[in-house]
Amino acid sequence: MTTVAIVGAGPAGLRAAAALVQAGLRPVLIDESPRVGGQIYRQPPPPLMRPPAALYGFEAGKASALFARFAALQGQIDHRPQSLVWQIEGRRLHLLQGDRADVLDVDALMLATGATDRVLPFPGWTLPGVYTLGAAQIALKAQATLIGPRVVFAGTGPLLYLVAWQYTQAGGQVQAVLDVAPPDAPRRALPGLLARPGVAAKGAYYLARLRLAGVPLHRGVRLQAAEGEGRVQRLRWQQQGREHATDCDAIGFGHGLRSETQLADLAGCDFDYDTLEQAWLPRRDKAGRSSVAGVYLAGDGAGILGADAAELAGERAALALLQDLGQSVDDSRARALERALQPQRRFREGLETLCPLPADWAAQADDALIVCRCEEVTAGELRACVRDTGTREMNRLKALTRIGMGRCQGRMCATAAARLLAQAAGCTLPEVGRLRGQPPIKPVPIAVLATAAAQATPVPPEERDD
Amino acid sequence: MNARPVLQRLPGIDAAPIAFTLDGVACSGRAGDSVLTAVLTQGEQLRLTEFSASPRAGFCLMGACQDCWMDSVDGRRLRACSTPLEAGMQLLTGRRA
Repeated sequence: MTTVAIVGAGPAGLRAAAALVQAGLRPVLIDESPRVGGQIYRQPPPPLMRPPAALYGFEAGKASALFARFAALQGQIDHRPQSLVWQIEGRRLHLLQGDRADVLDVDALMLATGATDRVLPFPGWTLPGVYTLGAAQIALKAQATLIGPRVVFAGTGPLLYLVAWQYTQAGGQVQAVLDVAPPDAPRRALPGLLARPGVAAKGAYYLARLRLAGVPLHRGVRLQAAEGEGRVQRLRWQQQGREHATDCDAIGFGHGLRSETQLADLAGCDFDYDTLEQAWLPRRDKAGRSSVAGVYLAGDGAGILGADAAELAGERAALALLQDLGQSVDDSRARALERALQPQRRFREGLETLCPLPADWAAQADDALIVCRCEEVTAGELRACVRDTGTREMNRLKALTRIGMGRCQGRMCATAAARLLAQAAGCTLPEVGRLRGQPPIKPVPIAVLATAAAQATPVPPEERDD
Repeated sequence: MNARPVLQRLPGIDAAPIAFTLDGVACSGRAGDSVLTAVLTQGEQLRLTEFSASPRAGFCLMGACQDCWMDSVDGRRLRACSTPLEAGMQLLTGRRA
């Protein structure tokens, strides 16, 4: 019996599961959430359920189709919700299911781990009331609540205008949308964005509706600081050298998304620096094969292309997995999926032009800025470490300052820390490297670690070193 | 509690009430709430940081940032964004009375 596990039940993982079931396999679908859909199609708990159009807007049809696909898989997959893969050793997955430890030995593994918000912090970003754009959206979608009541959305990326529009529609008091991208970015990004005219049109629609609703929209903004006593009360920002302050009770901000790559790292995948995303990503071929035999990558966890591309990539990688298991697969379907992914990549390049990361962020960051939320490590401490020790590498910086060593394992700070290190050491982002993944990738109870140690494969006597 | 809630509920959703306590004060959440939602529709913070005793109220809401771990009277620690509210929970924010 062949055991195939899929980690992540978002659009990539669900499409992969459907393709594997169609080929006669019974995949294990592991996901941290109680309900499938990933973050993009996150489903509220039953008491807070609302109609798909209210939850997913223009994407309601896609969400419903994906849930129908999943419903049709009932009885044909081993779905393990509320389960965390916290370590991978070769082909063995270590799981935390609820509060129970388990291991799963797999023949093949599909990683569809998704993404989180990519954030470049500003002073005051740790104040209560300041959230990621994704968090603002989850509050609305999954919990039927709004951050606020008065809210400012800031940063850049497609989520910025989408979330602002969703809040406006839901009755939120959106005080301003502050985009850090330069004012001429839309003009320069247009050729790439036209690779997916439908999606570009949706973006234009959100902008137009926000303008009609009277929401102040500003581009070319520099975020200065969130201020308040025990709670955010205002956001200070600059535009063309002029100082502004907007009173608010909450802020949603972010600068696009970053891939969740820690499990690919633990699985032993090779990584390459991606110049478009300015981040290290697990290497994969066009079909989704990683550098490790039997390990496949799909969706935003392997590079940010969004939900539609994730569905295509999930199915494509599943076909590669099946082929490598010796099954015959529909080659024309595989080619068609690869062709469909092409405009998605061109569109992504357009998006990066539309929503670039502020290039001078590190140079502008104040020494007092908290970079690490977990342990309150500041930009000044990182710079002092570089100055005093000559450190030029992320893992060395981590060892010396504890940046990336806190509970989030660098998820929230690594984007910023790498930029500060490169700036302080006078080298490039690829040169500073990336934080190595460390198990457990998320906090697990010590009793679970003890169980895992007891389950560990014993070392044969002849290999013992005693 | 005189703090202004960070989260406001959408009108028109009818879910059953769930009783819990927050820093010893009787509160009511609703079915479907995460611990984070139940607490932040009442107040402004979930915890104080270990390093500077600064208030925090979570950040990512998707179980990634680990900034919303809360204490409860029974000694359990809960990740507020991913833990469903249960009746009778006795939650602590670290807030001084």
